[in-house]
Amino acid sequence: MSASRKLLVIGSLAVAVWSMGYGIFYAAFAEHQMLDGLGSALTTGFVRAAERRMPESQSALAEAAQRRFVYVRQVDAHGHWGGLALLLLILGIGFDRVAFAEHTRFLIALALLAGSFLFPLAVLWETWDRGVGPRSLAVFASALVIAGLCGAAWGFVRTEPSR
Amino acid sequence: MSASYRVAAPVDPVRGVPDSFAPLSARRILVVGGIALILIGMILGDIFAAFILHPNAAGIGASLSAGVQAIALQDAQAAESALQNIGYLLENRGTKVDAHVHMIVFGYLALLLALLQPFVAIPEKRKKFLAKMFLGGSFLLPLGVFLVHYVGLAFSPLAAIGWASIFADLGGVSVVLVCAYELTGLWRYLRQGSQATATDELLADRGSTGRLLLVGGTLLVLLGFLHGAYYAGVDLFRFEREDAQLISVMTSRAAANDLPAATQAIDRYNQLQGTEAVNIAAHAHSIEFGVLAILLAFFQPYVFYREKWTRFWAFTLLLGSIILPFFVLMELHWGLLAGGIADIGGLLVIIALLAMLVGVWRYTGKLDAALGVHE
Repeated sequence: MSASRKLLVIGSLAVAVWSMGYGIFYAAFAEHQMLDGLGSALTTGFVRAAERRMPESQSALAEAAQRRFVYVRQVDAHGHWGGLALLLLILGIGFDRVAFAEHTRFLIALALLAGSFLFPLAVLWETWDRGVGPRSLAVFASALVIAGLCGAAWGFVRTEPSR
Repeated sequence: MSASYRVAAPVDPVRGVPDSFAPLSARRILVVGGIALILIGMILGDIFAAFILHPNAAGIGASLSAGVQAIALQDAQAAESALQNIGYLLENRGTKVDAHVHMIVFGYLALLLALLQPFVAIPEKRKKFLAKMFLGGSFLLPLGVFLVHYVGLAFSPLAAIGWASIFADLGGVSVVLVCAYELTGLWRYLRQGSQATATDELLADRGSTGRLLLVGGTLLVLLGFLHGAYYAGVDLFRFEREDAQLISVMTSRAAANDLPAATQAIDRYNQLQGTEAVNIAAHAHSIEFGVLAILLAFFQPYVFYREKWTRFWAFTLLLGSIILPFFVLMELHWGLLAGGIADIGGLLVIIALLAMLVGVWRYTGKLDAALGVHE
């Protein structure tokens, strides 16, 4: 097995295990509390508005928005780690068909793997830091994945068909 | 066999058929079961979208409207009830989407496991059992998730978890156990070092149809990723801010008895939800269809048609895969017309996938005839 293929297959399995571990931890210890809190904050916002207790209503709605912001990113991070791991594993299985020198293939595999791990991490980072850092990392990591996919697609195009 | 038909190589020199796709082999069970799972998942997705998800979205809008009216009438109980109804509708929606997505993803996993079978150091008899257990779990989980909304806690021995959830979890555990066991088999194979010399006709294939699907699939994933990056970078934060503002406006305007302004905020909120939904759907479908195309690229040697037909079905699949996400996105501008065209795209994917399944079926028939296997 070539080094690039090994990197993708083993790396994708590691990302998949990481994704599942995070998913199980999140589902068991955080998701239900998060959803209950989100629903409860939204309901409180409406009920307090009906009672004309507007400051409490607005505060509850702001809390609901904050919870939703965090929830979306936590679920997205899990989903993207899992999805990208599956994609990398499939690409890894057929990576010998990427018609470049092994050195180039290894760089493509490295870009795909690094981007696939860092992109969801940046998304998750946004839940506790809304500054430039996480967004810059997300842009950099997605650029790695995009460049890797372009390289893989071009490599597949260059493959000589057997018939 | 006519020379114009595709042939999977290498073949068993004694029987003249590939070893890894023998009758009732684990690989055959996983390939046929995997494609069937994806097909059923896609058809169910269409049915859910038409008969459940769209009416459900309308119901959520109506409940939001009822909640806002309750605020204007200072009826806290009605406001709470409206919000609870939204939670109920969201649960209904969530379980349908989960059933659809899990069935398709398990289909992908089945195809992936089928690809790995020659490199899994487990006796064939056990592999067959694992394949059947995987497919059993893959059907059980989505079925259980689908039923969660209807069964609830009826006759359940537990306080918070109903029978449907219990069976769904049982399906999920089966799938996880099979994947873990297959991984140990893969690990055992890799530990053989230089003795690990299994070859595979699927990975050795360099046919032009497989290449078309590989290139097309990778480009679809790339397009989906580019769209997702644009959406996350340009729209997501803006939409989230507007979402929060609109809820704030609709409640405060209703409390001030300014129902026209509150209704305007609800309308804009519903529009915004629609915009977010089509963006996410376009992004997800483009990537999922791309992954499907890449996976199917490996199985083309098993699709037993003349070369021009295998290429035709591959092209049809890619065409549908680009039409659906693009026109889902265009629903924002062209409304139902774009939705109709997107449905045609989905139909093309389903027809192409069905044709490939029939091709695999024909191939198994050819192999079985060569082996003298009778039904």
